[in-house]
Amino acid sequence: MAEEVKLFKTWSSRFSLRVVWAFKIKGIDYESIDEDLSNKSDLLLHYNPVYKKVPVLVHNGNPISESTVILEYIDDTWKQNPLLPEDPVERARQRFWAKFNEENLLPTIWAIFTTEGKDLEEAMAAWVENLKFVEEELKGKKLFGGEKLGVADLVFGWLANLIGIFEEVSGLKIVDERYPLLLTWMQVFSELPVIKETWPPHDKMITKYQALYEKYHPAK
Amino acid sequence: MDMGDEVKVFGSWGSPFSRRVELALLLKGVPYEYIEEDIFVFENKSPLLLQYNPVHKKVPVLLHNGKPIAESLVILEYIEETWKANPILPEDPYDKAMARFWAKFLDDKCLPAIRKAAFSPENEREEAAEEVRDCLKTLESALNGKRFFGGDAIGMVDIAANFVGFWLRIIQEVTGEELLSVEKLPELFKWTEEFVSCSVVKKCLPPKDKVLDVVKARVAPK
Repeated sequence: MAEEVKLFKTWSSRFSLRVVWAFKIKGIDYESIDEDLSNKSDLLLHYNPVYKKVPVLVHNGNPISESTVILEYIDDTWKQNPLLPEDPVERARQRFWAKFNEENLLPTIWAIFTTEGKDLEEAMAAWVENLKFVEEELKGKKLFGGEKLGVADLVFGWLANLIGIFEEVSGLKIVDERYPLLLTWMQVFSELPVIKETWPPHDKMITKYQALYEKYHPAK
Repeated sequence: MDMGDEVKVFGSWGSPFSRRVELALLLKGVPYEYIEEDIFVFENKSPLLLQYNPVHKKVPVLLHNGKPIAESLVILEYIEETWKANPILPEDPYDKAMARFWAKFLDDKCLPAIRKAAFSPENEREEAAEEVRDCLKTLESALNGKRFFGGDAIGMVDIAANFVGFWLRIIQEVTGEELLSVEKLPELFKWTEEFVSCSVVKKCLPPKDKVLDVVKARVAPK
């Protein structure tokens, strides 16, 4: 029986891209279904009734949502090129940092992108605090996964593409020379064969985020 | 079990998150040393806690042979991978993914909604309560006729849902908002009774009157 591996995603979703990378790393063939989030397909709503979001992986008819849950499922199901090491301490370390990205970095970057004045100042202060920890974590490591690419790298991956875009659109400096290890990681990560050339089209991203930025910062 | 194993839990008597860790260890018969932290006054947090969890400075922290692990759901996965007795996650990758999904749903959606319903000013409470009821309805669907989320025995989702099983009723009592009614959510209601009746869970719940006092102090008066 042919295996059914379907990925519901969008062209720009940083969360969907994590799953694309995981499939590439493990050499898994899949069918890609691109969604228009302003007009969600019935299938997407059927497969992800709780969140109604991408990415959704459907494996032999079984749907899984939430990108970090999907990444672990992929690692549990396809054993080649593991995304997490065997050692429980190391697994916990990567899971901890993946969570830190989701619960600390992502909300803060959103606040930086969408706010002004005092709110922006506060968001920047929080961001600086966050980055201090991230920089510390990279000490002595080539990647967040250690020597090898891991789940933590895939989860942090958005930084390597979106920081540049946000800086271009907003005129803000978001990751500066105070974070040399993070800057190096962003470079190294982008150059990896599985990651190279997987970013969404740059011009399309600038257009998208320019429009979004203007929505939150209307010309006075 | 390793004879040289040193297991410590930094927790707080009233924290559902640290109780989750203790519940998992109890379930698996893992002996541990418990260190009580005062989480109500930041300055009272121990230097060790701040050293072992510099990022969040919170409980729980599990210390295993000197290695600290923080974040309760991350700790639960670590416990499952380290001590194999009485598994709290299914073997099948899809069932495992579903368990992880629901544990995440509890923390990402249910918990913030319940916090809002409990601690918002009175005029915002009804809307927040409606959000809680929606979350709980969704959560109930994960039970699907089973006695526990984990099936016949409690698993990771049951452990993660401890604040629904115990703390929620206390919040209801104090706020007077009906959040989990037996009429509207019969399966989930039944689950809460099954959960708190488990002998191992009973060992792991804080005294109700103490929790009542803490909640009363935090809830905005009517």
